[in-house]
Amino acid sequence: MTSLAWLIPIALFLGGLGLAAFLWSLRSGQYDDLDGASWRALMDEERGPVAAKEIQAAREAK
Amino acid sequence: MAETLSFTPDLLLSAAPVKARTNFQTAMLAVENMHCGGCIEPVEQALLSIPGVGTARANLSMRRVTAEYDAARLTPDQLIGALEQAGYRAAELDGDGLGNASALDADLLRRLGVAGFAAMNIMLLSVSVWSGSGGDMDRSVQTLFHWLSALIALPAVAYSGQPFFRSAAGALKVRRLNMDVPISLGVILATLMSLFQTARGSEQVYFDAAVTLLAFLLVGRLLDQQMRTRASGAAANLLGLRLTSAAVLRDDQSIERMPVRHLEPGMRIVAAAGERIAADGTVRRGVSEIDESLITGESMPRIVKAGAAVFAGTINLQQPLVVEVTARDDSSLLSGIVRLMAAAEQGRGRYVRLADRAARLYAPAVHILGLTTFIGWMAAGHGWEDALTAAIAVLIVTCPCALALAVPVVQVAAAGRLFSKGLILKSADGLERMAEIDTVVFDKTGTLTEGEPQLANVADVSDEELSAAASLALNSRHPYARAVVSAARRRGLNPSVATDVSESAGAGLLRITPAGEARLGSAAWVGTGCQGGEGAELWFKDEKGTCKVFRFADRLRTDAHSTIAKLSAAGYAIEVLSGDRAEAVGSMAREAGISQWSAAQKPDAKIARLGELRDAGRKVLMVGDGLNDAPALAAAHASLSPSTAVDISQTAADAIFQGTKLEPVTEILAVAKASRRLSLENFALAIAYNIVFVPLAMAGVVTPLIAAVAMSASSITVTANAVRLRTKALELAS
Repeated sequence: MTSLAWLIPIALFLGGLGLAAFLWSLRSGQYDDLDGASWRALMDEERGPVAAKEIQAAREAK
Repeated sequence: MAETLSFTPDLLLSAAPVKARTNFQTAMLAVENMHCGGCIEPVEQALLSIPGVGTARANLSMRRVTAEYDAARLTPDQLIGALEQAGYRAAELDGDGLGNASALDADLLRRLGVAGFAAMNIMLLSVSVWSGSGGDMDRSVQTLFHWLSALIALPAVAYSGQPFFRSAAGALKVRRLNMDVPISLGVILATLMSLFQTARGSEQVYFDAAVTLLAFLLVGRLLDQQMRTRASGAAANLLGLRLTSAAVLRDDQSIERMPVRHLEPGMRIVAAAGERIAADGTVRRGVSEIDESLITGESMPRIVKAGAAVFAGTINLQQPLVVEVTARDDSSLLSGIVRLMAAAEQGRGRYVRLADRAARLYAPAVHILGLTTFIGWMAAGHGWEDALTAAIAVLIVTCPCALALAVPVVQVAAAGRLFSKGLILKSADGLERMAEIDTVVFDKTGTLTEGEPQLANVADVSDEELSAAASLALNSRHPYARAVVSAARRRGLNPSVATDVSESAGAGLLRITPAGEARLGSAAWVGTGCQGGEGAELWFKDEKGTCKVFRFADRLRTDAHSTIAKLSAAGYAIEVLSGDRAEAVGSMAREAGISQWSAAQKPDAKIARLGELRDAGRKVLMVGDGLNDAPALAAAHASLSPSTAVDISQTAADAIFQGTKLEPVTEILAVAKASRRLSLENFALAIAYNIVFVPLAMAGVVTPLIAAVAMSASSITVTANAVRLRTKALELAS
């Protein structure tokens, strides 16, 4: 029965970890666009704004 | 949202060397024709390629794009302009209030996450207690497990139960009962009683049932909320797209853009070619053709010149026009139709949803049963504890899952099925109203027909002729010219835009090259050598002087006849109400196989006809697309619009169908009937289950184990029954 002393906290901790991961995913907007998310997997690498491209080009030139 | 943006790679890149991001602002744009996943990239790229845009993130579910832009360098209008160039019609949405609905979604999802976590962990403990009881489990371990459950359950119930508690408190404040009253009462009593029993070391602990009940009910609440969010989001998008700005011509000939609602009679506005005219007015300068299909439902453009009246919402097809405003935005023809629509819609507000009707019977019944149990046990001489435990068991086993969970699940399954067939359901009760339909009324142009003239004599035209005519036609927005272009594209030809082309309103196109001149237009415009015929046709004469005629016709949707036949076979009465001329409507109706038709119907005449049908006890489904149909769409018992319909008709309709076929009409009626049947089946399941368990609970033989298992089982049964709708083969039957 002493094993319960650490098994129960571990079980609760793991469950809590799952809950935390869920809350994080919710907060970071992963449920905002469920239709779009499935399509984004098929898209090519995401391109940044022109500003970012310019910076990238400048860096590569150096 | 800010958190999402901080994960996108561009910010990581731009974080170090670029200037401070202090004047970056966020704009939310509704994008009208972002319909599929392939649109995400062009939409985002169109914005990202503007210098000064930091991030752009398209949301396909909401048909919106959120962009961060440098307010010092850009205005939202420039973002909209860039999207328009990429072929997407967009409008800025008012930031306030829009976040509310999706914040509500996220809030419920968070509460569901917490309830789900708590339910799983408490079940873990409970299962150990159940399997250990009577065996080798110590009494002390059992109590420990109960205390652990209490530790998880109390905060979870306090947090996740809030939506129900608030709603119940709101109902009680106005002395009414709703579904949330028995739910709240059951959950709170069960939790407090379990806490009390845990302190006493008894076995009557219901934490598991209480929290699982909350989790299941939150699933139902969330699904219902998501349907509403989608519907209200769609409505907000449409509203945003309707509000546009107008280019006002000042006395010093300068042009200033201002919101349509600030227009005053007497102001002069410039309507560019291809643009919607912003206000009712009189043409002062310019000659052009106007597409009035919005107002009249008639697809042929009207030629206007100085002195002619034009209406807000119609599209200027050819040359820029200067229009003197004669009516304010709120007294324009368009606004008048909006008012007619709002008035018509009030009649529909009285509809009470199936779940609410059931709740009216259910909530009092549950309370009476619980109270009877309590009084019965007290009267039989048991203590208040036993009496209360039995009453709580009654509240828990009568769990209203069939109402609070199963109906939303049916609706979501139905909406999912319809969505995959190109039907967007805008209101949940719209589906319920569709199940009661016995009469279907169609508009003609754009509903029964494809709404755009098609090249009728494709077979007579050679590839070269078509290609040459199409490169001229590319310069015009006239429906016939567009039909020529689309016929050429459909044949796999890729006509290039001809340069040096001039267009004369109401006549045709002219191109002068060293080799001679090419003309596309009416027989009179093309001139000698080309014999003019009757009706809808366009003549083309190339540089060598050879003539070719193109004939046009507005076609019935390809499956119109078979769909009408299916509807009649299923026992629906069918009618056509059109604003068009009698001969056109009559021949179209005959071709589609409809015997009941009326032509030249104005919007108020359409409403009057719907009123007659309603008074005769008919439940009418109106299918229409034009502005002139909007009031009728709002007045009918249920309504359906094609996605090519004008914004306002789409706002008024309960559902919108995409594609060139009419088949979605039968599909939605079949799904509506099937979902009503499934909802009723679920009620029957719930009643059957209550007939078994309520007497047991009243007799006090329902243990926490039985209560939890029975409750979960009933929720899962009704959900599984509802989900069948997604894959079930449906036939439209009378």
